[in-house]
Amino acid sequence: MNQRIAFKLNGQSVVYEGSAADRLLDVLRQTYRLTGVKCGCNEGECGACSVLIDGHLANSCMVAMGRVANCEVTTIEGFSQTKRFEVLERAYAAVSAVQCGYCIPGMILASECVLARHPHPTETEIRSGLSGNLCRCTGYNAIVQAIQIAAREGEGLW
Amino acid sequence: MKPISQSVIKKDHLAKASGSAIYVADYDPGQMLQGLILRSPHAHARILSIEYPELPKGYFAVDYRDVPGINEVHIVKDDTPVYANTTVEYIGDPVMMLVGPDERELKRLLPQVKVEYEVLPPVIDVRDGDTVFFDYHFGKGDMDAALAQADQIFEETFETGYQEQAYLEPQGLIADFNQGKITVRGSMQCPYYVHGALAKAMGLPPDKVRVIQDVTGGGFGGKEDYPSILACQVAVAAYKAQGKPVRVIFGRREDMEFTSKRHPSLCTYKAAVKNGRVTALDAKVIFNAGAYTTLSAVVLQRGIIAASGVYDIPALKVHGQAVKTNTVPNGAYRGFGAPQTFFAIEMLMEHIAKASGEEPLAFKLRHLVRQGDETSTGGRYHFPVPLPAMVEEVRQMSDFDQKRRLYAQPQSGTTRRGIGISLWFHGAGFTGSGERDIIKAVCRLHKFPDGRVEILASQSDIGQGIKTTLCKIVANELNLLLDQVSYDNPDTDRVPDSGPTVASRSLMTVGELLRRAAIRLRSQWQEGKDQTVEEHFKEPDFVIPFYIDKFQGDAYPTYAWGVCAVEVQVDTLTGFNEILSTWASFDVGTPIDLNIVTGQMEGGLLQGLGYASMEQMAADSKGRIRNNSFSDYIIPTSMDVPLMKVKLHVEPYPDGPYGAKGAGELPLVGAAPAYMSALEQALSGPIYHIPFSAEDALKLIKQSRRAEA
Repeated sequence: MNQRIAFKLNGQSVVYEGSAADRLLDVLRQTYRLTGVKCGCNEGECGACSVLIDGHLANSCMVAMGRVANCEVTTIEGFSQTKRFEVLERAYAAVSAVQCGYCIPGMILASECVLARHPHPTETEIRSGLSGNLCRCTGYNAIVQAIQIAAREGEGLW
Repeated sequence: MKPISQSVIKKDHLAKASGSAIYVADYDPGQMLQGLILRSPHAHARILSIEYPELPKGYFAVDYRDVPGINEVHIVKDDTPVYANTTVEYIGDPVMMLVGPDERELKRLLPQVKVEYEVLPPVIDVRDGDTVFFDYHFGKGDMDAALAQADQIFEETFETGYQEQAYLEPQGLIADFNQGKITVRGSMQCPYYVHGALAKAMGLPPDKVRVIQDVTGGGFGGKEDYPSILACQVAVAAYKAQGKPVRVIFGRREDMEFTSKRHPSLCTYKAAVKNGRVTALDAKVIFNAGAYTTLSAVVLQRGIIAASGVYDIPALKVHGQAVKTNTVPNGAYRGFGAPQTFFAIEMLMEHIAKASGEEPLAFKLRHLVRQGDETSTGGRYHFPVPLPAMVEEVRQMSDFDQKRRLYAQPQSGTTRRGIGISLWFHGAGFTGSGERDIIKAVCRLHKFPDGRVEILASQSDIGQGIKTTLCKIVANELNLLLDQVSYDNPDTDRVPDSGPTVASRSLMTVGELLRRAAIRLRSQWQEGKDQTVEEHFKEPDFVIPFYIDKFQGDAYPTYAWGVCAVEVQVDTLTGFNEILSTWASFDVGTPIDLNIVTGQMEGGLLQGLGYASMEQMAADSKGRIRNNSFSDYIIPTSMDVPLMKVKLHVEPYPDGPYGAKGAGELPLVGAAPAYMSALEQALSGPIYHIPFSAEDALKLIKQSRRAEA
């Protein structure tokens, strides 16, 4: 049965017409063509499909559309328009933390969540904040360093 | 540090960071059909019949009868069928593909396809295998004399398990057949491998086959041979779809269960020791090839050439076999056969040292190969072997000697600590004469009238940064800004065959060709003109020709070197261990980009540590792999190795660009034995297999307590 689900997507008010049981991941990729949201496992294990729902990190493959009614959903496409992204992106660039790139949109949103919670994070807080996002390329060191750099460079943003 | 080593912003950084890079799954699904593969539920069976249900309009079935060319996938030996015709040889062997516009409908329809099988007895355990795909022997020195004169003879068997590449982007390809030409694009390492496979299966001349690499979300070898198989299957579907592109994107479970992995191995090593020195090694190496040969021949070759590790052992006898089982075919994975044999030789050396009451590291250092020494295949280590200096670096970084002594003392409480170290090499580039006789790499530089230069080569950037490093080399030789040199994802219609993206060869071999091409372009440079220069591979003069039939000569022109120490803590109540720290020194010659090389070393090292312990995958008695998700096959997270320190030791290679040599695979190869050596110290008992689980640790604890009592 089709429903009308109103939510905010990357700052814009939208109404999704479809089942409340549809997966947020599929809807973002197919209906809204936001393909920066990657599918790595489709069962909530890898974090490649991470998005922000009201500022909290979520695996969009594990979220039914009914759950996002009246919520604010931010994908990498929306986040990449922010000042915080600019700081994070530059920090990732400085240490070449992007290899194959498939985990990166999710990883950057996870980084945002680490910094939103801990503007001056310890390494343990960073590693813990990234632990739901798998990366097979980097060994994580560069990503951890990027967040440390962003915390320094983005003074006042978080 | 050379100026070329200074890090730059990677060419593909912003597109990937902002989510705008387009991977194969990101193309609009409305523009193409989807395909879903029906796989064998049996490890071994004869196909008696295939019966299709009535399919809705727009849906169709594809099987071996639709293959327009030859129903074989060209890899090395072409025994892998595009679609199974007479028999199925493993659980997951593709039987047919269902194609149509809606994926949900495909999932509903697929179980309605009726395949009748006559079930045949399978071979699941490699020990029961009676079909030997590849059988190699080589050796040197007088084995019989060494054994006869030995003070002591050690014989041990080592076993290693599967490893899944677990690239974050699953396999996926799109095929389009239009006006007599097949185009395949998507996630892959080797566009020209796919090109060759398509020409054969589609029965088309090379100019009617086009392959384009899309942005690829990791490979690690998993996208070396496998995409050739999937490409043929999707291409046949597109051929039948008549003008509509067909796409197949694997789900994670399908990808983990049914695509190629690292070969499980069984190594039986016998060593003769005389006056505290290993004088002979008799190594029997068995790799579980799985159901088809795919790349097993070459994986086995690299594995057995490394059988004696970094040690100078005068008498050597090596016997390698790749044995068929009715399980998923194993193929390329970073390290390519060497992680298995390095595990065996490193653990054996540990055990011999301990039995002789000597510290393993000191024992190993006494046996190291040196510049000028003979390799296992009668070639030469032509260049300095920097291992002693690298060991010293790791010793200091890790405070190795003090910790090693400390942890050798009785430990109290419920935890036990240990520290271990391993030493290894990775042969840089293709094994043997492959580069000279088979690949014959060609690359070009195209200069536009406005002075911009484009690289034309077939290397794929799969995350390792080759787009950036190749451009850096060309920009450097031509005194151009990095922005003025470009390198697009390879398209076989536009670029020559500079070989596959494998064997840690791209930067060393193709990078050097491009450097020479750039020098030539510089000497011919004409302002405002459109110019192209071409460069062909030439084997360096110093190389002793390699003969694969005899395993004689230089298997590799040079070697990359690795030393790694791992410190662990084991909970004796649960058996769980945690890595406290790891330190490593790697020599890959001159780093062409410090950040990029460091990223390769750290990422590879973590994969190597995962291989040793947490990454567990096995086929059950029926031949089914059940660890087919990230819940059941655990790869390291950001929490698993809290401290990883990597140092680069630079021993430049004169025939690589600015001294660079092969890098990508090295860090994984010898990480496992360092980890297991640390565990052996913590648990006071010998380890003979990986992955080593918490249950294994508990068994060993019990065993060593019993031995104490």
